[in-house]
This record gives sequence, C-alpha cells and structure tokens, in this order.
Amino acid sequence: MLYPRPMSDKNPTDLAHIRNFSIIAHIDHGKSTLADRLIQLCGGLTQREMKEQVLDSMDIERERGITIKAQTVRLDYTYKNGELYELNLIDTPGHVDFAYEVNRSLAACEGSLLVVDASQGVEAQTLANVYQAIEVNHEIIPVLNKIDLPAAEPERVREQIEEVIGLDTSNAVEISAKTGLGIEAVLEAIVERLPSPKGDATAPLKAMLVDSWYDSYLGVVVLVRVIDGEMRKGQRIKMMASGGAYTLDQVGIFRPKKENVAALGPGEIGFFTASIKEVADTRVGDTVTEERRPCAAALPGFRPAQPVVFCGLFPVDASEFEDLRDAIGKLRLNDASFEFEMETSAALGFGFRCGFLGLLHLEIVRERIEREFNIDLITTAPSVVYHLYMTNGDMIEMHNPADMPDVVKIDHIEEPWIRATILVPDEYLGSILKLCEDRRGRQVELTYAGSRAMLVYRLPLNEVVFDFYDRLKSVSRGYASFDYHIEGYETGDLVRMSVLVNEEPVDALSMVVHRARAEQRGRAMCEKLKELIPQHLFKIPIQAAIGGKVIARETISALRKDVTAKCYGGDITRKRKLLDKQKEGKKKMRQFGRVDIPQDAFIAALKMDEN
Amino acid sequence: MSDEGSDRPDFGIYVHWPFCLAKCPYCDFNSHVSRNVDQARWARALARELEHAREMTGPKSVQTIFFGGGTPSLMEAETVGHVLDTIARLWHVDDHAEISLEANPTSADAGRFTGYRAAGVNRLSLGVQSLDAKDLRFLGRMHSVDEALDAIALARATFPRISFDLIYARPEQTVAAWQAELSRALDFAADHLSLYQLTIEEETSFARLYERGAFKVPDGPLSAALYEATQAICAEAGLPNYEISNHARPGAECRHNLLYWHYGDYVGAGPGAHGRLGGRDKQATRTLKAPGAWLASVEEKGHGIEAIEPISLAEQADEMMLMGLRLGEGIDPLRYASLAGAALDETRIERLTGDGLLRRLPNGRLAASPEGRLVLNAVLAELLA
Ligand SMILES: Nc1nc2c(ncn2[C@@H]2O[C@H](COP(=O)(O)OP(=O)(O)OP(=O)(O)O)[C@@H](O)[C@H]2O)c(=O)[nH]1
Ligand code: SF4
Ligand SMILES: [Mg+2]
Repeated sequence: MLYPRPMSDKNPTDLAHIRNFSIIAHIDHGKSTLADRLIQLCGGLTQREMKEQVLDSMDIERERGITIKAQTVRLDYTYKNGELYELNLIDTPGHVDFAYEVNRSLAACEGSLLVVDASQGVEAQTLANVYQAIEVNHEIIPVLNKIDLPAAEPERVREQIEEVIGLDTSNAVEISAKTGLGIEAVLEAIVERLPSPKGDATAPLKAMLVDSWYDSYLGVVVLVRVIDGEMRKGQRIKMMASGGAYTLDQVGIFRPKKENVAALGPGEIGFFTASIKEVADTRVGDTVTEERRPCAAALPGFRPAQPVVFCGLFPVDASEFEDLRDAIGKLRLNDASFEFEMETSAALGFGFRCGFLGLLHLEIVRERIEREFNIDLITTAPSVVYHLYMTNGDMIEMHNPADMPDVVKIDHIEEPWIRATILVPDEYLGSILKLCEDRRGRQVELTYAGSRAMLVYRLPLNEVVFDFYDRLKSVSRGYASFDYHIEGYETGDLVRMSVLVNEEPVDALSMVVHRARAEQRGRAMCEKLKELIPQHLFKIPIQAAIGGKVIARETISALRKDVTAKCYGGDITRKRKLLDKQKEGKKKMRQFGRVDIPQDAFIAALKMDEN
Repeated sequence: MSDEGSDRPDFGIYVHWPFCLAKCPYCDFNSHVSRNVDQARWARALARELEHAREMTGPKSVQTIFFGGGTPSLMEAETVGHVLDTIARLWHVDDHAEISLEANPTSADAGRFTGYRAAGVNRLSLGVQSLDAKDLRFLGRMHSVDEALDAIALARATFPRISFDLIYARPEQTVAAWQAELSRALDFAADHLSLYQLTIEEETSFARLYERGAFKVPDGPLSAALYEATQAICAEAGLPNYEISNHARPGAECRHNLLYWHYGDYVGAGPGAHGRLGGRDKQATRTLKAPGAWLASVEEKGHGIEAIEPISLAEQADEMMLMGLRLGEGIDPLRYASLAGAALDETRIERLTGDGLLRRLPNGRLAASPEGRLVLNAVLAELLA
C-alpha cells in the first residue's frame, strides 16, 4: 500500500513508516559524508544546493572539516516495495569533547549506523560511541566506509569489530560515502533492520528536548523527539523540569532546510519555536508536555555536560573588556556547555574564567570570539578543577591556580582522574606506555585485537589537559586513538608552581602540578618561555618557583645587535613603516613590568617537547 | 622656536643614476643593467624633472648635491655637467656647496674622474667594498683590489674630498681578519669612510642563496664584536664614527648625508628617488622606479613622480627620531616636542638611559650611546612604540 502523505500540509507519519537513527563513528570516519549521500539520494537537496558535509554549517566546522554540533535531517525514502518512509537522521560529532552530543542524539533514536573507516579500523571513539549505543539498546548497523581506498581492508575490519566489540558483521554494509557506492543498501538496511518507534498518538504529549539553539530570526529553536501525543501550532505546552509554559508558534522539520509541518506525531523528530527568550530557559533532556493535560511521568533526563578544563580569557587590549563580556554572553546563548565568570588578574586585568568540555572546545570558543567578534585574546594556562579540603573542614572547588589559598590552611587537595582508552598498533605500544607512565598513569588493562593493542589507563586529568593528545599522536605517527571519561577525584601531592619573568610573578602562568613532576614541568616551562619571549634590550631571568623556592631558571640574553646598516634619504619611509609595525606588534603583546610577552605564549609555554 | 631646533639642516638635491654594469648579488638599490643609455636624452629628462622640482620648492639655496645610484660613474662628465648647470640655473648654489658622486673603482670609471672634477664635483665616494680578492668575487664586484687602490689614489689626487665604502661581517669573516683588512684600508683612506655590515636584503640573489643555506653570516654576538672592533680601530685612526656606519675626521662628515640624518628637505630626481619637501608641511615624493617608465613619464608630464604623500607632524617626529638617533650628536628633544606636540616620554628615556643605551648630552641633546646604536631599532621601538 502506498501511504498517502500530502506534501503541502504534512501530518504525522504512522509509526511503522518511521525510522530514527544516529550516525556514530570515530572522528573523520565519514559520518557527515555519508549523511550527504543519504540526503542526496532521498532528494533533500538539489545538486546545486549540495556541498561536501553539508550539515557542517558553522564556519569553524567547515574550515576544520569536523562536526561540532549534532544535526538532524528528515529524509523521504521510497523503499523498493514503493512505500514511502520517513527517516530521521542525526549526524553526530566524533571528537571526544563533544561526546555529550552523541549521548543525547542516541536517546532520540532507536538505532545507529556505526561507521568504521575500512582503512583504519576500530578506533577509541568507535568503541566509546558504540558502547553508548548498546547501553541505550540500539539496533546497530555496522557500515564499513571508504572501501574505495586502496588501503581498505573490509575483511580485517569485520573481524576486528566482531572481536573487539562483539557485533555480528555478517550483514555489515560496505560503502564508499565518497563515491556513493552502497548507499542504497544502507537505506534498505535502515528500513529492514531498524525497529520503528513506539508511541501513542492519543496519549498526552510527551516529547524529549534534544537540543536548542538561538536563531537570530526565530529566537530559540527547540529540537524534540515526540514519544506520545502530538505537537501543533497554537498548542500550549509545558517543560516539566524547568516549569516554563509556552504557546507553540511554529512546528517543523529539517530536510535539511527548515520546513513547517502541521503536526509532529509519535516517533517523529522535529523542532518548535514558542517565543522562548533564552536558550537557558530550555533544559536539554527535559520533558515537553501539554500544559493542561500533562503526561504521567517525566523522562529521566540527561546529566548536563560538565566543563572539565578552565582557563582565563583576557582581551589583549584592556579597553575591550566590555566587548568581550558581550561576545561571551552571545556565544553562550548557543552553547550552554561552557561556563564563565569574571576574573581579575594582577598581570592581565579584567577577563573571564571559562570552563570548557575539553581543549578542542576551548580552542573553538576562543577562535569564534576572535573571529566573529574581532577581539584579540590572551588565553591563560588551562587548569582542571581541584577540590581543596581546608583544615577548617570546608571544601573549595578551585578553577584557577591563582586562587590557591595559603598552603597552611589546606589539609589536602584532590584532583580529577580519567579512565582513558587508547587503541594503538603494536609497534607504538612501547612509546604509548612510556607516555602514560610519565604522566602518572596507572595501567588498568592491556588487551590485543589482531595487531592492535587496546590499553586502558587511569590518568590524572591535569596531565592530559594540555598536550597529551598531541603527544599521543606524535609518538604513534598519528595511529593511536584516544577516548576518556572522568572517573572521580583522588588525593594528590599537588603544589602550585609560579613563574617569574624578570623577577615578577606572572599569575597567568601559574599552575598546579604534582610535586614529583614539578621540576621537570618547571624546566620545560622556562625553556619554552625562553623561546617564546623575544630578546629585549636587557637580560630577562625566567624562574619557576614553588613557595619561595626556585626550581628552574633560564635567562634570555639581552639583544646584542639590531640596527639597519644603511639609512639614507630613500629609506626613511620604509623605516617609519617598520616602526609603525613595531607599534602594532606591541599592541599584540602584554607588558609585564618591562617585558613584552606575546599573546600566544601563555598556551604555547605549556606544550612540552618530551625527548 | 624654529621647527628644526638646533639642527638647522641644509637643503640638498639627490640625483639618481639607475644603471650598472652588472647587478651585485647583495644589492637592493634601484639599479638596472643597461649598456646602451642615450645619455643626452637622460640628461634632458633629469633637467626637466629638476625644473618641476623647482616649481615645488620655490627659490632656495642649495648646500649639497649628491649623485647616487646605480653607478653614477657610468655617467659621462658632460651629463653630470648638464645636470649641475641646470641646478645652478634653477636654485642658488652656495659657493662652498658639497657636490658628491658615487663611483665604482674600475679603471674605466676612473678615466672619467678629471671630467667630473671639471664639471664641479668636489667629493667622490668609491665603492671599494673589500680589499680581499676572494671576497670581492663573492660580492660580485667588477674590480680587482689593485684597481680599487689605484682608483683611490687617483681620486685623492683629483678631488678635494674622497671617501670609500667597505662591506664587512662577511661570511666566515673573523674579527682578526677584518681588523687587518680595515687597518690596511685606513692606510689608503683620506678623511671619510663608510663601513657597512653585510645585510641580506629581500629579493636579492644573496637572499635566495642564504635561504638555501649556501652561506652563513655572523650571528648577533659576532656581528656586535665586529662592529665594536671597527669603532675602536677607526677612533684610534682619528676617524671616529659620526653615524652608525660612517666615519670621518671631525669636520669631514658628508654634509649631504647629514642633511638626511638632520631630517632636512631635499629634492629627489631620477628613477626611484625619494624627496622630502615643505618643511613643517612635509611632503614625501617618490618617482617611478623603472627607468623606462620614469623616462616616459618625464617626457610626457615633465616629471616622474609616482606619489606625493603628506607626512603628518607625528610622522615627521618619528622620522626625525629614527634618522637623528643614528648620529653621535643625537637629536634635539625640543624639536621632537615641537613636531609631535608632546615631549618624549620621560620614563622611557629614564629607563633607556638607566640601561646605558641613551645619553643626555650637556648641550641638551639626546643621543644613543655606542651600545644603544648597536640596537637602535629596538631602542626606537622602546622609545616611540
Ligand atoms: N576516500 C574516501 N574518503 C572519504 C569517504 N568518506 C569520507 N571521506 C573523507 O574523510 C574525511 C572525513 O569525512 P567526514 O564526513 O567529515 O567525517 P566525520 O566522521 O563526519 O568527521 P567528524 O564529524 O569530524 O567526526 C573527509 O575528507 C571525507 O572526504 C570515502 O568513502 N572514501
Ligand atoms: S654597483 Fe652598486 S648599485 Fe650597482 S648593483 Fe652593485 S651595489 Fe648595486
Ligand atoms: Mg562530521
């Protein structure tokens, strides 16, 4: 039977003809490219509107070629029996910083496409994401991508998936998202193998708030998955946890262009707008119901994403503080996952202490502020959240090493630990083990899957925060992959290391380190700063100190020669322009006493080149 | 108070001759290799451009004239004469005006010396560059050591005043080797020497070779040591430096170049020449660099000026500083204040004098110390940026 569905005034599709699925994978395994092919095959966009990774709509996503925010699309797919199906696809990010996006996407679907790059095999985020999908009882379709590549080894990767994850791969689909090979088979598998959603159209409305963002035309847009009942324009709704009540202005779907529909029914995924002022008024995981006929029980909700890395953001030009406040406020409208509060630094003046989901998230927010709001920033040393247990029984959460109270008042300090899963080809195992041991890691598990080792380590987050990932990639020539989650807090022998430049402490460079690692970090920091701070007209001592005790020092020698040999009548303009450039350059530096420190030195100083 | 403070700069004219026999690998001057230059036509064009300049300056007294290049000693004496006659027709040229010409020390160039003298040139500046045969070849020079020494001797016999240039801080040059070479040079020197450290200028053949690692140049500490050795030897020989790279017996300084460092006004004629005119209403002029384009423009419009840019008082203040602090005598802080509309920052001066890089002189002027002159770019940035 051909299911009748007028295109102009779409009414809810019957449950049997709906399939909801997330596309999950390790970073770069081709989720967004597969989404492109699915959209194309189902006619969601014309050839002219199509571009690569069309769902990655933010500038930053397009430039970096990565997905940051999960995106939803409804596809109309005519199965080979002639029946029309409504497929709701959610493309998710692969990077570990955005794991919470995957989590809530999975909650809105019944099944997942597990994409594995057939030339790379199972990686750390493949595991992390598939385990999440298994946990929420998803039906999982393994998809082996990139089989067009000469290096693709679909057979080996099938074995690996069976061995490491325990998924049956006998009916895995082999595709090339790039060339379009095998895409039809993916669509058929979705219809045949994924369960249709359950729900009751006549029951009181019950919908899961999956995501929300601010749109400059529409205000707050809310993405929902309807469980029971229906949503229609004009309906009065209520958010069960936050308590807010609204009248629905618009109800619609993405294909991927926004399109209004008459109603969203059970099993469907779509959006609404309701003159909601701020994204903060909407809580991800909240239950949306009818105001006058609420559903009996709310959904369990999600744990909110917790920032784990904190750093200070300061305007290079101190007069731009208010602009920065404005910019951070605006960004926060669309990204509830980062936190901020005002911070004052003796060296840098007014700024904000911000919390992020990870370093990539930090980098992205910083880049957006610099680019979209045109504010040059100084980013200070990232720090994790320490728990300080005071002798008077108080516990203080410390986000900023500069806030460290007098040590005599501290009984002990706890730091966060993570559980890290690392997958690495055999030959690099030695270097990875060394890296983990150097970073105070404790091995939990070491297993093999073919020629790859799967390593589980417990590590202090503060050893991982700045450059662990870079180091991991470099010691394994890019072959190791890494995923982690926070496990809890443990007592550590932690001390604050301050850095003095030209005898003056620079609070923005102070950091908390483990006592056993302090000297090494101090030395590395001083060496790095020696490279990063340009020579001045006088010599500059750089010291790392704990309490009053200097544990490492370097000296930047004074500039010996910097003069133009020839300067006559024809050279004046050029020399003046050089001076003007120096004036400009000075604006990009902050003065600490008499020393100019370049704005990017604060982060760069933390990157250690071990070896 | 006068705009010039205690400097009272001269007014001068710079004439650019853009042709050379070959392009030296270190050179980023506006020089072009061309053997068939219609000198009469160029003489007429230079004269026309000078006429145009006269309209901009109005009547003035000229104290200095300088023929630079390129290689002005490729000019026929008649061409030089025509230009000088034109200048004398347009402006009042002081009786004791300094008239310099840059020359290469090949025997062919030397053959024109007496003609230049007869045309009115009274100071010759020779591009000797090195007294080491190997290094002369490395520098791509067309003359030998002997030719250079002969040219110096002839120049000394022909002109009341002469100078020559040397380039040092060459690849692998030791302090001792340079000391020996410089001492020898001083035996031949009259009362003026220009001693330049080799600089790798962008877009020269040396820049390309250097990037490829074909040679190294002395690093900061060695080049500082070479510089200091240079100052000591020249001072000992009675030719102390009066500017970063220029040495003279007191009173024998190049007046024309002093005019630049005193930030005075000057006309720039010929391809790629720069001028500064107008006193406090300063304008920078710049002519077309390419000889053909310049010539066409002059013949069509009467001048080769490509751009006239007003220089604001604040810019003049900076320009005056970056030129003036090159001199041992330094700058007049009142002149700076008159241009900038505000005095120099006292705390910065204090810091730099504290570091021994600047000095306040008894006559009220502010000068870079010898150490300060070695890092003048950074001192200027610290003082003005
Ligand atoms: N050769 C080949 N390249 C592919 C294929 N599918 C994707 N790619 C390429 O792999 C890279 C990553 O593709 P994306 O679709 O952005 O991967 P993703 O999984 O969405 O990445 P994240 O969202 O950052 O986790 C891009 O350069 C794609 O062009 C394929 O089938 N064959
Ligand atoms: S002779 Fe002088 S101007 Fe000509 S190329 Fe050589 S250095 Fe340059
Ligand atoms: Mg993607």
